[in-house]
Amino acid sequence: MAVAYRQVKFYQTGSFAVGGRLLDTPERTVQSGMTRTNALTLGHRACQGCGEALGARYVLDAAMHATGNKVIAANATGCLEVFTTPYPETSWQVPWLHSVFGNAAAVGSGIAAALRAKGRTDIRVVAQAGDGGTVDIGIGCLSGMFERNDDVLFVCYDNEAYMNTGVQRSGSTPPAARTATTEAVGDEPGNPWGQGKDMPRIAMAHEIPYVATATVAELHDLEYKVEKAMEYRGARYIHILVPCPLGWGSEPADTIRLARLAKETGIFPVFEAEKGEVIAASKIRSKVPVEDYLSLQRRYAHLFKPARRDDVIGAIQDSADRNIRRFGLLGEV
Amino acid sequence: MMERPFAITLEVGSSRANKTGSWRTQRPVYVDRLPPCNDACPAGENIQGWLYRAEEGDYEGAWRVLMEDNPMPAVMGRVCYHNCETACNRANLDEAVGINAVERFLGDRALTSGWRVGVDRPGRAGRVLVIGAGPSGLSAAYHLRRRGHAVTIYEASTASGGMMRFGIPAYRLPRNVLDGEIQRIVDMGVEIEFGHKVRDLMIEMEGGGYDAVYLATGAEIARNAYIPAGDSARILDALSLLRSAEGMTYPQLGRSVVVYGGGNTAMDAARTAKRLGASEAIVVYRRTRDRMPAHDLEVEEALEEGIKMRWLSTIKKADAEKLLLEKMELDATGFPQPTGEFEELEADCVVLAVGEEADLSLLQNVPGLDMSGGIVHVDSTMMTSYPGLFAGGDISQAERTVTAAIGNGKKAARHIDLWLKSGGMQAGLPGDPSDKGYHQAPSGERHRIAGWGDLNTWYYSDAPATVRLKLDMVRRQSTFDEVVLGLDENNALFEARRCLSCGNCFECDNCYGVCPDNAVVKLGPGMRYEFDYDYCKGCGICASECPCGAIEMVLEET
Repeated sequence: MAVAYRQVKFYQTGSFAVGGRLLDTPERTVQSGMTRTNALTLGHRACQGCGEALGARYVLDAAMHATGNKVIAANATGCLEVFTTPYPETSWQVPWLHSVFGNAAAVGSGIAAALRAKGRTDIRVVAQAGDGGTVDIGIGCLSGMFERNDDVLFVCYDNEAYMNTGVQRSGSTPPAARTATTEAVGDEPGNPWGQGKDMPRIAMAHEIPYVATATVAELHDLEYKVEKAMEYRGARYIHILVPCPLGWGSEPADTIRLARLAKETGIFPVFEAEKGEVIAASKIRSKVPVEDYLSLQRRYAHLFKPARRDDVIGAIQDSADRNIRRFGLLGEV
Repeated sequence: MMERPFAITLEVGSSRANKTGSWRTQRPVYVDRLPPCNDACPAGENIQGWLYRAEEGDYEGAWRVLMEDNPMPAVMGRVCYHNCETACNRANLDEAVGINAVERFLGDRALTSGWRVGVDRPGRAGRVLVIGAGPSGLSAAYHLRRRGHAVTIYEASTASGGMMRFGIPAYRLPRNVLDGEIQRIVDMGVEIEFGHKVRDLMIEMEGGGYDAVYLATGAEIARNAYIPAGDSARILDALSLLRSAEGMTYPQLGRSVVVYGGGNTAMDAARTAKRLGASEAIVVYRRTRDRMPAHDLEVEEALEEGIKMRWLSTIKKADAEKLLLEKMELDATGFPQPTGEFEELEADCVVLAVGEEADLSLLQNVPGLDMSGGIVHVDSTMMTSYPGLFAGGDISQAERTVTAAIGNGKKAARHIDLWLKSGGMQAGLPGDPSDKGYHQAPSGERHRIAGWGDLNTWYYSDAPATVRLKLDMVRRQSTFDEVVLGLDENNALFEARRCLSCGNCFECDNCYGVCPDNAVVKLGPGMRYEFDYDYCKGCGICASECPCGAIEMVLEET
C-alpha cells in the first residue's frame, strides 16, 4: 500500500516538522502559515497540553483552507464544547453550532440539507464530537448520516473516555485502562477486555466514500486527510487520536509524544479507506514495544506496580501486533 | 453594525478575554546553545552558521560567514582533521555531517568563482610585522588586514605556505588550491618579503617601525633520534624528504624505505616515498596503533596504499641495506619497554619522523621571554611577556595542526587590534574565556553546549552521509594527484542539509504548530517566534517537540 501523502526526505526535518524554510510553500502545512484561520483561538479553557484543542484547530484550519473559508461546524456536547464556549465567550472563529450530546451527525445532516435547499454547494459542513458523542451516544445518528450518505465530514476526536465529566469509560476506552468507572482493582484491573468499538472499521462497513485515521503527532498526514476528505461529496469520517493528559495521567508536555508512540507501537493504526477498502497505511518508522507507550500513562500504572502484569502487557502487545498485520504497518517507510 | 464573520448572527464575546497565562507554573523561553561543532573547532569557525546558508543553496553567503573566521576554506576542507565531525551530534543518529567536505566545496567554489573579501575598516591604523608566512602568519595577516592594519610578512624561504607547502604533500593539498587562497590574502594588500630570515628579533623590532609583531615561525627543525649507524647507512629526516618532493630533484631512496615514527609526518613521509618510487615503505613505531599520534584517517589511507606497519619496534642499529629492530612491549603505564628480542629488516634508507622543534634562536636578545619546553609561552591574549610581541602557531603550542595555527592567527589578530586601539595597553576582550567568538550571551559568558539529549531527533529525516570518492589506487601509489575527491553541488547541498542545527532555532515552525493554545507568535522568515505569555499555559509541548533543543522550560517565580 502506498504512502498516504508525499513525504519529503533529506531536507533537514523533511516533512516531519510543521514547516521549515527548506520546504517549498505548498509542501508546508496549513498550520505553518502566518494566515491560518486559528479556528480555535486564544483563551480557551482546555487543560494544559490538551490534544483535542490541538486536533480541532488542525482539522478546522485545514478544512477552511481547503474550502476557501466556507465551513460550518456542528459540535456535540463534550470537552471541546465546554472548554470553548462558556457563555458569553467563544473561542471559535468559524460558524459553529452546539448540538446536544448525541446528535452532532444529525445536526450536520440538517445543515447540509438546508444548504442543498438553498443551492449553496460551496459551503461545506463539518460535524465533530468526542469519542463518547461518536461511538456511544451519537452512533445512531452517525450511522444514519453514513447510510444516507449526507454531505458531511464527521470528525471524532478520540481521547478514549468521557473526560469532561470526570473520566468515565466509553466504548472507545482501551482494555486495561483505568477510568473512574473501571478502577484498577481485582484480578482484571481497569477496563475489561472485550470487542470495544472500532469506529473507523464500523464506518468503513457503511462503504462511505472516505474513512481515515490520524493523530496529532503527524500534522502533514492529518492535513492531507482533511483536505482530501473535502474533495469528496457524501459522508466522510476521520477518526483522530488526541491524548488527554488529565484522563490518561500523562505529562502535558508528552501529548504529541504519546500520539506518536501510539502509532509507532501499532496500537493506533493510521490509514485511509475509500468505499470500505483500505487504500493506504502509514508505515511504522521505528517500531517500539507497547510498554514504551503504556509506561508514560498513569491509567496503566497498575500494569507495572505493585506487581508487573506481563500477561496484560503481552495481550496489549498482541493486539498491537494484530493491527500491524491487518494494516501492513511494517516495511519501507 | 459590526462586521461579523460569515453566518455569525449573534454578538458574542471572544475567549480572548480569558488570559489563560495565569495558569502557568513554568514558562518556555527560547535559547541559543553552542553547537558542539563550533565548540570543537580550533579555528573558532561558526560552522552551524555557514551550514545554515549552504542549506539554502546560498554558497557565497556561506563562504562569507566562513571567511569571518578562516581565510583558507579550500585548504581547511582538505587538511583539517575535523574535530567538528567528531563532536557532531548526528553521529548518534547515523553518521556525522560531512562538514569538512562541504567546507572544501565552498572553498573550491570561491576559488573558481573569484569571490573576494575586502577590508572592513579602511583608513589609517597600525603597522604590524608578521614573521613567517605559514598558516598562522597568513591567518593573522588576513584578519589584521580586514581590520585595516598595514601588514608585512617576513618569510625566510622563497615561497609562502609554511608547513602547508613543505610539510603536507600535494596529494593531500594541491598547490593550485594553496596558491589561490594565499594569493587572495596577498591581494588584500598584505606584503610578503621572501628570503628575509629574521636572526635577531630585537633588531627587527627596534629598526622596523612596527607597532606590534606576530611571531609565527612554526616548528620545522626535525628532531633527531640517535641510531648507531654504519658508514653506508642512508638516514634522512622526513621534513627534508617532504620538502624535496616539492622541488624538481627527488632524493634517491632506494627500493625499500623505512620510516621511523608514528605521527602524521611519518604517514606523509611513507606515502611520499611510495610515490617517489620505493616499492616498499614500512613504518616502524615503538607503540601500538591505538597509541599512534597520527590521525586515524591518515593511517587508514596509508594502509590502503600498501604502506606496511611494524608496531612495538625500535631501530637499534642501521647498516647498509638492513636494520636491526628490537621488539618492545607496553608496560602498565603504556610506555614501551625493550624486550631484548631482535630481528632484522631490509632497508635501503631510513627516514626519521620523530617530531619537530621550533627554532627559538631569533629570540635570544628579547628580554624576559618564557621559552621553557621549547615553545614560546603567551598569555590568554596571545601576547608574550614582551609588550607588543605576540606569538602563535607551532612555535607556541603543542597542538600542531593547520587548523589550530589558523585559529591562533585569528585570535592574535583580534588582540593585536585591541592592543593597538588601546594605545599599546594590555587589553583582553571582556568575558572571552575561550575565544570561540560565537553564540556568546550578552553577559559575555559562553552558551551551554547543545548535547544529544537536548534534541528531539524524531523530526530529522534519515539521511546517511555522502561518501567522498577517492582516486583510484594505481594513481594514488604513483602520482601526487589529490587522493580524496570533492563533492558536487548536489551532494554538497544534501550534506549541508544533514545539519541538525543543534541548539539554535532554524525555523521549522514546530513550536508555532504544536501549541494547543495558539500562544506562539510567528514573526516571519528570519525573525523566529515569540511566546504570548498572556495565554501560554506552560504545558511544555513546544519544548519537548522542538527538534533542535532551542526551547527551555523555566519555573515561574512564585
